[in-house]
Parts: sequence; C-alpha cells; structure tokens
Amino acid sequence: MNNKDLLNLINITVSFEGFLALNKLNLNLKKGELRAVIGPNGAGKTTFLDVITGKVKPTKGEVIFKGVSLVGRKEHKIARLGVGRKFQSPRIFENLSVKENLEISVTTPKSPLNLINKSIKDEQLNEIDRLMKIVNLAQKVDSKAGSLSHGQKQWLEIAMLVGQKPDLMLVDEPVAGLTDEETDLTADLLKSLSGENTVVVIDHDMEFIRRLDSNVSVLNQGTVLCEGTMETIQKDKKVIDVYLGRPED
Amino acid sequence: MSFIKIKFDKKIVLSFWIILIALIIAAPTLLPVFRLNLLGRYLSLSIVALGVDLIWGYTGLLSLGQGIFFALGGYCAAMYLQITSSSEFPNNIPEFFALYGVEKLPFFWEPFRSPVFTFLAIWIIPGMVAGLIGFLVFRNRIKGVYFSILTQASLLVFFNFFNGQQKLINGTNGLKTDVTQLFGQMVGSESMQRIFFWITAILVIAAWFFAKWVVKGRFGNILIGIRDDEPRVRFTGYNPVIFKTIIFSIAGGLAGISGALYTVQSGIVSPQFMTVPFSIEMVIWVAVGGRGTLLGAILGAVFINYAKSLVSEALPASWMFIQGGLFILVVTALPEGVLGWIQGDGPRNLLQRFGLKRKIETYPSLEVNNKEGNNE
Repeated sequence: MNNKDLLNLINITVSFEGFLALNKLNLNLKKGELRAVIGPNGAGKTTFLDVITGKVKPTKGEVIFKGVSLVGRKEHKIARLGVGRKFQSPRIFENLSVKENLEISVTTPKSPLNLINKSIKDEQLNEIDRLMKIVNLAQKVDSKAGSLSHGQKQWLEIAMLVGQKPDLMLVDEPVAGLTDEETDLTADLLKSLSGENTVVVIDHDMEFIRRLDSNVSVLNQGTVLCEGTMETIQKDKKVIDVYLGRPED
Repeated sequence: MSFIKIKFDKKIVLSFWIILIALIIAAPTLLPVFRLNLLGRYLSLSIVALGVDLIWGYTGLLSLGQGIFFALGGYCAAMYLQITSSSEFPNNIPEFFALYGVEKLPFFWEPFRSPVFTFLAIWIIPGMVAGLIGFLVFRNRIKGVYFSILTQASLLVFFNFFNGQQKLINGTNGLKTDVTQLFGQMVGSESMQRIFFWITAILVIAAWFFAKWVVKGRFGNILIGIRDDEPRVRFTGYNPVIFKTIIFSIAGGLAGISGALYTVQSGIVSPQFMTVPFSIEMVIWVAVGGRGTLLGAILGAVFINYAKSLVSEALPASWMFIQGGLFILVVTALPEGVLGWIQGDGPRNLLQRFGLKRKIETYPSLEVNNKEGNNE
C-alpha cells in the first residue's frame, strides 16, 4: 500500500453462513485508474462492490479509502466520502422526472434542512444541464424517468453517478441490454471519466472490456485470480481454465 | 400518480377559492347545527388523513397507529379545558378525580393550566412521540409490513395504558369537554361550535398548503425516492432514517391537531380514539381518496365519513359492508384511489369502454409532436 492508492482492499473475507463469497481478496486501485473486473457467475463481483459501499460488512479484512477505513460505516456516510455506485439493473427513481433524478444526485449538502428551505444552487443547475447533454437526455428533461428506454435509463444512472462527483465510481454491468452503438458510447464515456475519477467497471462483455483498454482483474471463487492488461489475461492459463476457455461458456 | 396533474386556468382556481371561502363562511347559516357539527368533525379528520398521505402515499410507510397521536392531541386539549373549568369542584381539580379519591392534581396536569403550553403541546407532544417511535423503528431498518405491525402494536399498548389509568386521566371513561368553559362560554354551545367549525376549516386549508410545501421540490422527491427505492437513496448519500423520522413526526403533529379539533367538536376524548379499527379507517380514507394526491386524503376523509353518518341513519348496521366494499373496489379497480383515477386516464378509458369516446390512435406523445409540425 502506498499513498498514491485511492483504495486498498486487504484480505477481505465475506462469509454468508459458511459460504465464502469473498476469500482473502486483495486489490489496490490508484488514483485516476480505470479498472475492469471480470469473473464467472458467482465469483463475488457484486459482493465485492457491496463490501466497498457498506452494504455488506466483511467478516474479516480491511477496506481503506483515501486513508480511512470504510468497514462498519453506514452506506450514506461512505457515499458522502466519495464512493458512487451504479447498480446492475438500472436503478433510477421512475416516478420522478429526469431532471429531478439528477437534482437528487447533484444536491449538496444532502441534509433535510438544506432540501426543504433552500432552492437548488445555480451551479448545480448548470451541472445538470451539462450532464444531460453528455448522456443525450436534454430533450427528456421533464419526462418521467420510468418512461425512458432501457439504454436511456442506464445512461441516466451513469449521469446520476457522475453528478455525485465521487472520487471512486463503481459501475456494475453498465452495458447490459444496450445496443452495440450504445455500448461503444458508454465505453468512451467511462474512458473519458477516468483520469479525473477512479472508475471500476464490472462486466461480462469481453468486447466492451477490451474497448475500455484498461487493467483487468479476474475474480474467481471470491479471490483475485490474475491482474494485468487484456492481452496478459487472455494468455494466462489459470484464467483460460476457469473462465475464458471453458467449452460450455 | 401525483405527476399527472390537470392544469387549471388561474381564473377557475380563483373562483374556486372564492366559492369555497364563501361556503365556509356561510355554512353555519346554511346547515342545521347538527350537520354543521358533523361536517366540522369530519373536516378535522381530514387533517390526520393528510398526515397519513404524507407518510404512506409519499414515503411508503403504512402506519396503522396514527390513532396514538390523534388521541394525544385530543387529551392535551381536553386536559386544558377540564382544568380551567374546575374551580367549582372540590380541591379545584376536575370533577372525575373525586370518584377515585384523588385529592392532588397529578404533576403532568400542571402545565396544562397554561393556554400557550396547551396550544404548543397539541402538536409538539404527538410529533415528538411519533419522532421517537419512528426513529427507533427506522434506525433498525424495520420496514414494510413489519413497520405496520409494529405501529399497530404500539397503538394497542397506548390503548391499554390509557384505558387503565382512572386515577390519572379517567381511564376508559375519557375526558369530557362539552360542559367545560372556554373564554366564559360553554364549549358545547352553539356559538362556540360555530367558531370551532371556522377554525377547523382554516386549519384544514393551512395543513393542506403545509403538506404541499413539504412535498414540493427536492425534499418531497427524496420521500418518493425512499418509497420507490430506499437503498438507492442511501447510496446517493442521503440518510433515509432522518427523512423518515421527520415526515413521521410531521404526520404525528398533524394527527395531534386533528385529534384536538375532533375532541372539542365531539365533546369527549377517550381511549376509543385508539382502537385498531379507527386507525385502519384513516388509511381507508386515503386509499379511497387517492394516495399521494393530498387533496384526495381530504376529500376521502370528509366524504366517507359523511356517507357513513348518512347511511347509518338510513340503514343502521349496513355501513361496515359498504365500507368493506369500497375498500375492495379501490384495491381491485382503482389502485390509485378516486382522485388518482380522475387525474390519470380513468374517465377517458371508461368512456372508451362504453364506446362513448374515440380511442386515441397514437401514443399521446406522438400526437403532441405532430401538432408541433413534426413529420410522422
């Protein structure tokens, strides 16, 4: 662990009544890095995000983010520290408009008092405009988020994630159910976000991961099997055995 | 549901308010005293219904224990009235104490000698009790049906406690207010009841605007967010516990005001306000009127209760069947309630079903686009 690291996961073990969802997982992320995480079903990818965001408390191990431990903190506290998360299936507030969804994400401070007696700041409104342009939703400002197409929902959620201005973005399967064109645009968007932000992308889609052109961590049975560029990964014998090369896949 | 709003012209809105205010002023001369009093009582119930709509319709918290806060507000008002009208009784304390051999006023009655204290207590005490119960429940992430069961259990605890405390608050007999004095007049007198009606009408409107203010903007959006996807709200950096505690506390305060107004107009407060069916009825008013519409809660409370008294006068014992039928109808056919149905596409769909209205051939949004001159 050195001080350029934004996040260190140290020996994380998560046990669900004896079943080890994560088993002595170690992972370090540098500031500004874009990292892809892949792995077969049940490898512990989503549990790995749950541990960072505070949804699941690790049985053993330590999560260090910006030099402080995240273990035992509440979800909203971790989010305020600068960890943002996009869920697997798009989770947006369907009964609110696109703009209202984004308002929720860009608002700071996130206290009831601020929300009830102050109107939204101008720079936050500008930020919303900027986000809506980035994800091509400017025409849908006042539509109910529930009426958007699947791809637009995915993008709205990504915009909400960006609007939170997190130091660390955790993106779970951002291209599930998207067209090829949308997938490419999403990959470009995520690449453009890294550098300033640290981004972790979890996905199955190999083409998409290749396009991200980033370091890849392969998870298997709750532990990191291999780390490196896409080329290194694809040549690694262990990875081929458990994931890439399986005939039934 | 609350999003499809019918847009009214400013003139229509203004004339609506003028007519409404004229009706409120004229009601005491138009209606016989008995009917006026009933209307006043039902209007006061609409305030507790507004609270139910805030916590259930907007935030998704189905409380079956609003009777607690309703009764607490009622007791606060009744204690003040009893104590200020007790000068002619032995020991200068309310009459009922003599029945149980109590000679000294219980300590918690003392502050109710002050009208200012009572005025504040009517909404602050129920609000605080609601806040405390709410905080403990929400902090432990109890939600959904478990929350409902817990609120109902709390209701039973309060009911049994109040029922058993003869020496403190006259137990199951409750506290009478109609023969007490306020500003030198009998509370149950016709002139006082007329004033209470007006106060109630004003407070219903005030409570409605207050509730609208609470749910408008980002605070209200967070409440809807909590209702639809609470974990998502958490991961965005909001603490749902605080928001839920605040809104539950507000609903408790509204229930207290409602209970106080109901008490002075019905002449008595008793643990009967904390029975299980009564708190469930509050939920039914909101469900029938329309969840998440605010106005639906008011209309539901007033119309269902008025219907209840009219039906009970004509066909005693049949009301429970009608109320049950209404609830089944709403659950199966009108899940958004009557107002939600009207604000949605309900009337149009119904007319289409009978062939009285032409079906829209395109999606409404496409129609709008065509009007703007876009090509198909």
